[in-house]
Amino acid sequence: MFSDELNKISWDEVSKEIYAKTDADVRRALQKEYCDVNDFMALISPAAEPYLEQMAFLSRHYTEERFGKTISLFIPLYLTNSCVNSCLYCGFHVTNPMPRTILTIEQIEDEFKAIKELGPFENILLVTGENPVKAGVPYLAKALDLAKRYFDNLKIEVMPLKSEEYAELIKHGLNGVICFQETYNRSRYNIYHPRGMKADFEWRLNGFDRMGQAGVHSIGMGVLIGLEDWRTDVTMMAYHLRYLQRKYWRTRYSVNFPRMRPAENGGFQPNVVMSDKELAQLTFAMRIFDHDVDISFSTRETPYIRDNMATLGVTTMSAESKTEPGGYYTYPEVLKQFDVDDARTAKEIFQRLKELGREPVWKDWDSSFDILTK
Amino acid sequence: MDKLIIAGKEFNSRLFLGTGKFPSSELMQKSIIASETEMVTLAMKRVELNDKEDDLLIHIQSPSIQLLPNTSGVRTAEEAIFAAQMSREAFGTNWLKLEIHPDPKYLLPDSIETLKATEQLVKMGFVVLPYCQADPTLCKHLEEAGAATVMPLGAPIGTNKGLRTKDFLQIIIEQSNVPVVVDAGIGAPSHAAEAMEMGADACLVNTAIAVAANPIEMAIAFKEAVISGRRAFEAGLGSVMHNMQASASSPLTAFLND
Repeated sequence: MFSDELNKISWDEVSKEIYAKTDADVRRALQKEYCDVNDFMALISPAAEPYLEQMAFLSRHYTEERFGKTISLFIPLYLTNSCVNSCLYCGFHVTNPMPRTILTIEQIEDEFKAIKELGPFENILLVTGENPVKAGVPYLAKALDLAKRYFDNLKIEVMPLKSEEYAELIKHGLNGVICFQETYNRSRYNIYHPRGMKADFEWRLNGFDRMGQAGVHSIGMGVLIGLEDWRTDVTMMAYHLRYLQRKYWRTRYSVNFPRMRPAENGGFQPNVVMSDKELAQLTFAMRIFDHDVDISFSTRETPYIRDNMATLGVTTMSAESKTEPGGYYTYPEVLKQFDVDDARTAKEIFQRLKELGREPVWKDWDSSFDILTK
Repeated sequence: MDKLIIAGKEFNSRLFLGTGKFPSSELMQKSIIASETEMVTLAMKRVELNDKEDDLLIHIQSPSIQLLPNTSGVRTAEEAIFAAQMSREAFGTNWLKLEIHPDPKYLLPDSIETLKATEQLVKMGFVVLPYCQADPTLCKHLEEAGAATVMPLGAPIGTNKGLRTKDFLQIIIEQSNVPVVVDAGIGAPSHAAEAMEMGADACLVNTAIAVAANPIEMAIAFKEAVISGRRAFEAGLGSVMHNMQASASSPLTAFLND
């Protein structure tokens, strides 16, 4: 399990190493075709800032080598904002006096139909808060059964599950799981996640091993930028990614760098703010570090950043996302988890990507390939 | 330098030697000693298994050397398993270099039979070091089957051509959770150094030393090359600047300054 590996890595030491990286370290990393975590640390360090242009060039080069000019589009559907956790930064915080809802199967179907009106989406991400009683595995299984009648590629972003639960959902058509560790800083994790299931750092951390053991096809990782020093956090994630790739080598991986935004009714302000330049640097560094990993930008980011980065390393984007349960049909305009910054329609995003010389891809999986796993 | 660990056993040397093709057992022995190797492979088929004083064997055995009998000559998994059991009996070791090459011309390893045999032999308690194609997917399968190392080839055996499979070796090294030993094709110390600089855990050399005009000197040259390559790897090597045409005017990242 990765928790054993993480125990061997000191947060403070890694942090020190990153900020001690020199110009020579950066140049050395830039000259390598295959970078290790140590090189990654150099590329995300302040010492690499003067090399942004070279990094962008390499990032674009490797991205086009592996992905061509394609950008995969997906859409999230929030099934519920009901949540037993009390994450300080989240709009779904258990004590937040907001109306809660869990979509019924009928409502979910209405949402799917509404989504299909927005564009020919085949990649869908089903999102829930953590409510294992009312929105647990049986509920997700039903939602997936229904989803596969509308979409080819089904992912979930829900609470960490047991390995056998992931395996069960694979039988219901699950292709991928996204889970953000939020922060790898073990000693400070509970400041942000004081109660609920999510307070268990190791359960969440080792969830990725459980996904791998269950044979989940695609695993999405991320740290929430705004909690702890982002450079140290993404370095830990880079270690985690390498570990998972070696161990669960049949799985595809994607990474996300969600920059924290103000939560509805929440007073939590980010501890660290990442600039656009730093987000770009991190994206380039990740691509140079890993030529094949999917890098996903959500609608948390502005059209300006998304459009520019779409040619320089990003390979997956959400489009026309609503972050409230039932946001496409049942309850438009209420109850959201966070505000989106790219409010363009899917069709507008599609058109813009075409103008930028990209090939937006709605479908890159066929559900008939899943037949043997069922 | 980091110590090499295979199946829980530590090795100071990252050079493994093969024992075929030497002009004499005495020269072989002197080369082994000069190389400071701690892992020596020998073909079971060449040894008189009932003879504790077998000429080849007595020139290899030493307390500092892990004997690694190999199954060279077998053509199927079934034959390999049979040979492995004989080897364990005769040499008193459960370490085994698994070689299955049905093709007598190029001696290329049979991936399918090698995987089958590895699965079986691991269950039977052998420490299995399979000689294999430089096929990254196969190497992951071998690892999952419980192989103690993978031993992908650099080039066809005996050809001295060097790392013709370099791109694939690179991927194998990147992905592997077990030590990667580059076996076959290493013809010069520079090839061994190159493999070690890439991050290979060890090299196995035979022909290049055995057929050198002066095998003992060549053994020393390989010893030094392997140490040198490993040192460079651990020290953090840069590589040649690849084609990077970025210009000073920042055309790609100007949007970040707006």
